[in-house]
Amino acid sequence: MRGLVRPVLLLAWKDLLLELRTRDIVSSVLVFGVLVVVIFNFALKVTPSQVDQLAPGILWVAFAFAGILAMNRAFVLEKDRGSLEGLLLLPVSRDALYFGKLLGTFLFMLAVEAVLLPVFIVLLNFAGFSGGLALAILLATLGFAAVGTLFSAIAVHTRSREIMLPVLFFPVVVPVVIAAVEASKAAIGAGGMVEYGRWLGLLGAFDAIFLVICPWVFGLILEE
Amino acid sequence: MERAESKPHVETAEDRARAGYNRLSNALLVASGVAMLLNLYLIFIYAPLDATQGQVYRALFVHVPLAWISFLAFGITFVGSVMYLWKGSRRWDALALSSAEIGVLFTTLVLVTGVFWAKPIWGTWWQWEPRLTTTLILWLIYVAYLMVRSYAPNPRQGARYAAVIGIIGLIDVPIVYFSVEWWRSVHFPHVVGPLADEGTLPASMRSVLMFSLITFTLLFAYLLRERLALKRTEDALKDLRDTVESKQ
Repeated sequence: MRGLVRPVLLLAWKDLLLELRTRDIVSSVLVFGVLVVVIFNFALKVTPSQVDQLAPGILWVAFAFAGILAMNRAFVLEKDRGSLEGLLLLPVSRDALYFGKLLGTFLFMLAVEAVLLPVFIVLLNFAGFSGGLALAILLATLGFAAVGTLFSAIAVHTRSREIMLPVLFFPVVVPVVIAAVEASKAAIGAGGMVEYGRWLGLLGAFDAIFLVICPWVFGLILEE
Repeated sequence: MERAESKPHVETAEDRARAGYNRLSNALLVASGVAMLLNLYLIFIYAPLDATQGQVYRALFVHVPLAWISFLAFGITFVGSVMYLWKGSRRWDALALSSAEIGVLFTTLVLVTGVFWAKPIWGTWWQWEPRLTTTLILWLIYVAYLMVRSYAPNPRQGARYAAVIGIIGLIDVPIVYFSVEWWRSVHFPHVVGPLADEGTLPASMRSVLMFSLITFTLLFAYLLRERLALKRTEDALKDLRDTVESKQ
């Protein structure tokens, strides 16, 4: 276990450091997320009476699409700079690589979401923030990152990788999207505690399943 | 290379195996062809008119067997994918790919027949109901399965990536199903699908359905064998080309 923790933290730290110095992902993804909210505002003409119903959906579309951008970067940078081979040569297990990348992506997404959420609350004008919502966001983002890390490792090797990632990723994470939207809706106030707990449970179950399967197959696809 | 030097009239074990394979495929072709004609007669002439749905319900005899067999096809893809990742043999990959292609074809037909059946019965082309939604997601996953192969840098990596999707895709199906079921029950009453009264299907209709299932299973077996043979030829051709190129 100790042998896994240190490489994972170091790998995630490497990605974070790179990001802190370039601010490539966070800035571009942030602008993109705000644009999604703006476009939705015009597309749906959100009125104060509907905001509780519509806001969770808009929020998760913004998070999911912004997340895709962040995931894409995780391996694209490694591939384009030829450092992927270097990573593979590291004397650490494939699991460590997977969880390191997962942690990096997870933290990027959380950072983006932490900035997007207040912007979103202001622009759509709803009383949003609660501990329940934060927990739902945390679990759903973990699920996104778990599946996204695996698929971005696949997509990066394919032609037209920008389109391959969403094509692979979205069908599989449909349950997370549903559960995330419903849990957020319940947390914001349109549903009860029972419902909230139920959706949170599904999110937890999804995370658990994919945190077992994804590292297992990740090792298989990276073999050269 | 050795084949070209051997005398043409000598029948090798490989030739015999191939001839046997083709004979069985041809037998399946004839059997599924005859069964299909009989099936059409049973569906359109023998099966009685439905009291509530009239003629439209006859879609059931195509729609339901295709749906069942597409699940079978994706099950085979799952097994082929697991075995390919485990053993690394190209035969397992060929099985997974062939089955997935036919599965996507059959699922497409399920969705199309379903849409045209739903319109006169439910009044809408589509319902975001668990079974329908799961079928659509399943279709999307296996389209991605086929796409990742053609977008991969080389066939070997494509096979590997596809196998991963073949495994995760099938594991995802029950999760999608339950999440949509929960989601639906929160917002809308359950849609009573035309299949909800399956238990009360009259005996004559039930036997037509069973016959149709057998017919489409024969068709599936035939298509699978043909696709496998085609894949084998493709691989052999590719190997031959690689050998020639490496000699030059």
